[in-house]
Amino acid sequence: MAGFVARRLTLAVPVLLGIVFVTFALARLLPGDPCRSTLGEKATDEVCDAFNERYGLNDPIPEQFRIYLRDALNGNLGDSIKFGRPVTELMVERLPVTVELSVYAMLFAVVIGIPLGIISAYYHNSSIDVGTMIGANIGVSMPVFWLGLMLSYFFGVMLKDTPLWLPPSGRLTAGTTIQPFYEVWGLDVNGDALTLPGFIANINTLNAALVGDWAGLRDALRHMILPAMALGTIPLSIIARMTRSSLLEVLGLNYIRTARAKGARELVVVLRHGLRNALLPVVTIIGLQLGTLLSGAVLTETIFGLSGVGRILYDSITGRDYTVVQAFTLIIAVIFVFINLIVDSLYAYLDPRIRLE
Amino acid sequence: MAALKDTNRQNKQPADDQPLLEVTDLRTYFFTREGTVKAVDGVSLTVKRGEIRGIVGESGCGKSMTAMSILRLVDKPGKIVSGEILFKGKNLLENSTREMTALRGKQISIIFQEPKSSLNPVLKVGSQLLEVLRIHQGSKRKINRDEAVSLLRDVGIPDPQMRVSNYPHEMSGGMAQRVMIAMGMACEPDLLIADEPTTALDVTIQAQVLDLIRNLRDEYGMAVMLITHNMGIVAEMADIVTVMYAGTAVEEARTDDLFEAPLHPYTQGLIASIPVMGKVKDRLEVIPGMVPSLIDMPPGCRFAPRCVARVKHQLQQCEVEEPHMIEAKPNHYVRCWLYESEES
Ligand SMILES: Nc1ncnc2c1ncn2[C@@H]1O[C@H](COP(=O)(O)OP(=O)(O)OP(=O)(O)O)[C@@H](O)[C@H]1O
Ligand code: SF4
Ligand SMILES: [Mg+2]
Repeated sequence: MAGFVARRLTLAVPVLLGIVFVTFALARLLPGDPCRSTLGEKATDEVCDAFNERYGLNDPIPEQFRIYLRDALNGNLGDSIKFGRPVTELMVERLPVTVELSVYAMLFAVVIGIPLGIISAYYHNSSIDVGTMIGANIGVSMPVFWLGLMLSYFFGVMLKDTPLWLPPSGRLTAGTTIQPFYEVWGLDVNGDALTLPGFIANINTLNAALVGDWAGLRDALRHMILPAMALGTIPLSIIARMTRSSLLEVLGLNYIRTARAKGARELVVVLRHGLRNALLPVVTIIGLQLGTLLSGAVLTETIFGLSGVGRILYDSITGRDYTVVQAFTLIIAVIFVFINLIVDSLYAYLDPRIRLE
Repeated sequence: MAALKDTNRQNKQPADDQPLLEVTDLRTYFFTREGTVKAVDGVSLTVKRGEIRGIVGESGCGKSMTAMSILRLVDKPGKIVSGEILFKGKNLLENSTREMTALRGKQISIIFQEPKSSLNPVLKVGSQLLEVLRIHQGSKRKINRDEAVSLLRDVGIPDPQMRVSNYPHEMSGGMAQRVMIAMGMACEPDLLIADEPTTALDVTIQAQVLDLIRNLRDEYGMAVMLITHNMGIVAEMADIVTVMYAGTAVEEARTDDLFEAPLHPYTQGLIASIPVMGKVKDRLEVIPGMVPSLIDMPPGCRFAPRCVARVKHQLQQCEVEEPHMIEAKPNHYVRCWLYESEES
């Protein structure tokens, strides 16, 4: 198993290099002049020359790539042309918001979707099954922005002044702050060393749990509920359907008959013998859904007033902020590679036949 | 402990001829969109302790469904519509679900045709083996990992220490079937149903697996219901044989009697089709024609469309009324108008 993961990690290296190259190339291929789209149409040629010189845009492309690669390996992803700040700083601010949102959305989808699928398969063709599947079909076809608006209207506006009210925007109630864990723990971190701790501290729920700020954790979680539901509903429905159909297929196989013939109770048959085999395609789907989650995250962040990656990526693309687009594309791609790695490892864990190859 | 159990048995079952299993007029139908498939349609048979009962018949004649009905494992859209399955004098069809799970794997166990797909691919064989013990004895005592090793050794698996932690895909078909047998034997059941246990195995392995089943029968005195479509295996293994055709039993006799003087035209055809040394014949081609659709059964004898004897003896009754199972010779039963006078 460890060998399997190690092999997969090695395979990831060329993939990562390829990603670096493609993101670099894509940013150069975008039409439009970075100088004028940043400084405005009226920027003079002299100003633009200086601008291009400063950001290395006058160098030959291979030279630009060499410098880019070297800096990227050193953790320096360049400065944002528009914000005039290092991209890593922007990432520490923005990425945790999106990561947190995606994780909770997926958690919501998995924790509810898989059991729903199991129940549906177990009570195959009953009214529970039919009801669940109708629900799942509606869930799949629900646009994220519409669901987001409905949820925030219902829980944030209609249920106002009831105990069921949930905050429809932001990450924390105004005035609430959670002290970063590194301050509480008395760690002395500054500058570049702050990147990782800063990133972690910006994942509000994680940070609150680390410092034991339960009121803060509660507040952060309450703010997560609606966006996570909005973003997680489509994957939830897909996961529920997949779990159901996969489990139904597995339950018709020979070894399930064997399990019944042993005298195992039906619940044991379904959970011990059926589920583990049925989860294989579900794991694949979850991995794929994590990918599509991101496009939904852009809309969700906008609706719920969260300043995550989605917003900045959109702004940077329209504003030709090369470095930002490059850096975020790169980081997202890297995250994908690792998600894939995790999915593959999970696969190998679930199915001994895969570990062999 | 074992001795105690045996004396108990003797007390309860004083007469040797009291059958362990007594199936009467079993009917299992599948209610499909195309119509009602009468997979098992009036099967009666008995299995005595320590006896190997062969059940033979062409593919699709309802052998497996008879077995699955006994364990009450028929899946939808199938349903046992009538009959009686007395096991140790108790009707299994009246058992609760809980009583059935307590019985499966403990008193009646079954092994299947495709051993490799009958084992769960993601669990080690040792843990699948111990599962039977955990289910049936786990509440009374602690189940030890070593028991899996010794069970594997009992069924003749070499290097059982290593094999317990194998996954099914790491085993050959013959090995996997031994694991299935070990699983079936783990609780020392009174009845082992072997549903074509060797069909998927190659010939030498077939012989080994059959030997194993017979040895275990001799050692533990359990009854075996051996399902096969291979007349050779029946001749070699069974004490007594039931021949099935299109969902019903057509002949029943002690093996020697059956092979010496088969009565039913279908059985005669089957026996004639046993490959003779060096000559390979296809069993299905010998008896011309096809098994009738189990949805639209002909009104009279189910074998009538294929029966040469009917034509030869110019029997009119065959296509009108279904013959009855009669005792044509002592302990030799047959369902055919050749032996049944029309008045009776
Ligand atoms: N799920 C089902 N739906 C409809 N008909 C079925 C179903 N399962 C089995 N049958 C029918 O029941 C009949 C008996 O099947 P069974 O498996 O008992 O045959 P068999 O004698 O064991 O044959 P084989 O030698 O091929 O194993 C078959 O003709 C089949 O068409
Ligand atoms: S009853 Fe008639 S058709 Fe049927 S087997 Fe006997 S002779 Fe043949
Ligand atoms: Mg069969």
